[in-house]
Amino acid sequence: VTAPLNDLRNLVGADHLLTEPVDVIPYSFDGTAELNQRPMAVVLPGTTEEVAACVAWAREHRVPVVTRGSGTGLSGGSVPVPGGLVLGLTRLDRILEVDPNNLTLRAQPGVITKAIDDEAARHGLMYPPDPGSLKISTIGGNVAENSGGLRGLKYGVTRDYVMALQVVLADGQVARLGSACVKDVAGYSLKDLFIGSEGTLGVITEVLLKLVPRPEARKTLLATFPSMATAARAITAIIAARIIPCTLEFIDQTTLRCVEDYAKIGLPVDAAAVLLMETDGHPAAVADEAARMEAIARAEGADRVQVAADEAEGARLATARRQAFSALARLRPTTILEDVTVPRTRLAEMVAFVSETARRHRLQIATFGHMGDGNLHPTFLTDERDAEEMARVHLALSEIVDKTIALGGTVTGEHGVGLAKKAYLKRQYDPASYTLLRAVKRALDPEGLLNPGKIFDLEPTPP
Amino acid sequence: MTPPVRSLRELDYGVLQQCMHCGMCLPTCPTYLTTKKERHSPRGRIALMRAVADRQFEAGAELAEEMNFCLGCLACTTACPAGVEYGTMFETARAELEANGSSGGGMRRFWRWLALEQIFLHPWRLQFVGWLLRFYQRSGLAEGIRALRLPYLLGQRLGDLEPQAPLMEAPFSDGRIGELERPPSGVPVRGRVGMLSGCIQSLAFASVNRATVDVLLANGWEVFTPRAQSCCGSLHAHNGAPDLAVRAAFALMARFDLGKLTAVITNAGGCGSHLKHYAGLFDAARHPKTAERAKAWDAKVKDIHEFLVETGFRPPEGRAPGRRITYHDSCHLAHGQGVRSAPRQVLRAVPGVELVELAESDLCCGSAGIYNVLQPEESQRLLDRKTDRIEQAGAAAVATANPGCHLQLARGLVQRGSSMPVVQPVVLLAEAYREESRSRA
Repeated sequence: VTAPLNDLRNLVGADHLLTEPVDVIPYSFDGTAELNQRPMAVVLPGTTEEVAACVAWAREHRVPVVTRGSGTGLSGGSVPVPGGLVLGLTRLDRILEVDPNNLTLRAQPGVITKAIDDEAARHGLMYPPDPGSLKISTIGGNVAENSGGLRGLKYGVTRDYVMALQVVLADGQVARLGSACVKDVAGYSLKDLFIGSEGTLGVITEVLLKLVPRPEARKTLLATFPSMATAARAITAIIAARIIPCTLEFIDQTTLRCVEDYAKIGLPVDAAAVLLMETDGHPAAVADEAARMEAIARAEGADRVQVAADEAEGARLATARRQAFSALARLRPTTILEDVTVPRTRLAEMVAFVSETARRHRLQIATFGHMGDGNLHPTFLTDERDAEEMARVHLALSEIVDKTIALGGTVTGEHGVGLAKKAYLKRQYDPASYTLLRAVKRALDPEGLLNPGKIFDLEPTPP
Repeated sequence: MTPPVRSLRELDYGVLQQCMHCGMCLPTCPTYLTTKKERHSPRGRIALMRAVADRQFEAGAELAEEMNFCLGCLACTTACPAGVEYGTMFETARAELEANGSSGGGMRRFWRWLALEQIFLHPWRLQFVGWLLRFYQRSGLAEGIRALRLPYLLGQRLGDLEPQAPLMEAPFSDGRIGELERPPSGVPVRGRVGMLSGCIQSLAFASVNRATVDVLLANGWEVFTPRAQSCCGSLHAHNGAPDLAVRAAFALMARFDLGKLTAVITNAGGCGSHLKHYAGLFDAARHPKTAERAKAWDAKVKDIHEFLVETGFRPPEGRAPGRRITYHDSCHLAHGQGVRSAPRQVLRAVPGVELVELAESDLCCGSAGIYNVLQPEESQRLLDRKTDRIEQAGAAAVATANPGCHLQLARGLVQRGSSMPVVQPVVLLAEAYREESRSRA
């Protein structure tokens, strides 16, 4: 192995190839619980050409490649594969161009998501997708996972903002997909194949993003409810009233207490559930929507509706919500985060099923999520060292997945399949579509070296 | 609170397991920001420490190199929603690596023994060194010796270090502050507080100690300052010498009768963060009385700014010409103690001061105890970043509340050829009170 690694070292420079345990152990995981695999080596290329050369090297030596940004993924997408090479793109961290007239921004994949929105803000523009980890996640990782976020309800997800990509293909060739045109129907929408492909089809080395005008006004409301069911009903009522707020987040009491324990911003910890609601846009529209949402929340049984005094307070509330997942780790050693999503009208039913499942299996499940778009994050608070409890966790998980599919939902709304949801994907897909997944993979990565074993296994597994 | 343990394998596994590697700490870690390598990040270091506990990695020279590259600034603990006790892991790892010799031996061991054990635990010896240093700095001897490059005979590092030695400020604290001082007549007495004069602080920043006492007196507090205080042990705890830290804490606590004091005041961010956590040093099962006393002590220790704001301090009267001042958060004040707004409130109360925020104000300046000596390159990178931000803030002066930061910022500004002064909030407040009584007279 040494001779080929020397070639790789010569490609990127000694400082950018890591092979010693002290250097590679810290790349053995991402943000997903339970998953850990030490890579053979970590390579940190500095240009698209170097990325292409690394991929070509891997192909020549038949070494599997796992592309990685900041390693904050929540489905194990960037967890190394045995004997594999981690291709870290953090050095490709430049914003290349902002075009305020075409409303676009061109960036390398290692740019931090928040830095993109901050740059857009300097031009009076906004990059809407805002995953919980936006302060550290990379845009390349966001595109590869098709990340969502708090604003997904009104603004959509990462896919809705990707206009073009530069991609290194499995054979080391560089391809440009999509264009800077708002309308473009020239051929298959190949860029869309790569968005959400979780590093299994190619390596994204550049992105062209769509920006939108930054809303003039924003108002944040926090409503407390006596039960999870009343909160879920309020969400359905708001959507039924033809209001699409930018954010409609649900937080249960367990989550709320953990977040308050960390953030100390005076959250109503006695409430059974709270809704965090945010509207943005023209000041008059914002005032109108806020007033109507407040009235609906009260009519559906909210004990209290608190309006954030200013944008700073609203931002504090949203930031606190983004810390929910990590804050839950305060309670138990292992935190397993789920991402099931159902059509909005089935939300109340799904929330009730999660609580009932937790009770039946004697487990602690905290729930929060982007309820406005039906995206739930039931979070198992457990201990991976307790085999008996873990068995119950996986049983409960399986039941939640089956219920989700029965309600017409999806096993993952925004975290991706990776390794964590791989076992459930087959339940959701019919045989024809599952075969299609494999056909696409074989066409683009015939040797199966790009993030192998993620999303699905290439070879049909024995029944 | 975890009982004092000396190795990662003895450490409660739950502490190591608490990290769920979400990555929220990464954007706040100075060494990750400069290197973008996971091993130089909090979750990377935790992964290495956990690998030691899992017997998949050795607590050897490589881990020592990494743990010594960490500033111990605790920015990660502010960022961590999961409440990971990084400080505990950091101190345990450093202690284990010192004890097993992985951090180095030979001359390093000798200098370490001399400083940590023979000087900093003995106040009179420390003062003697202070006087020697002062004589050296004042007599012209320093210029001569530097011109001959004599310090370099003792090694490159010591040669580079010699001009960085803080200027001694004689008379030292004990010469400027009486053992018991009472508020001036006309100021009603609210109670009595103890004053921690510190080790380096009492030699190099004796005037800051004087200002702290003046501010307390002006607000009606009697101030009790025991003579010849020794180091609080923060230096020892952060540098892998937990047993010496225990000795230091025990000796210092013995100097104060807590029952008679409303609070024990510290004015150095780095010390305060350690002073408030003495309980963690003592094993409650083996030394119940000392552990109990340490708990009471932790509750009484207050940072001066925190104490002023909590008890309500009188804003000085008067008008002064407008002065734009920016504020740099000491890591162990902001991240270690959560004291952020109080020093700013003190600054805003000073007549004429307009506080302008400093970008990345709570990112470490690279001083970090003796980090600037041990890791000069990384320290300089962080100092450059800090001085850039200070220059961009458009202020006439930069304030901070920790001796290490004060010296580091002053050095960085001198390097840039800037004449911008470094000040401390409590000194400005003391000056404003003095100005007030002068204008009344």
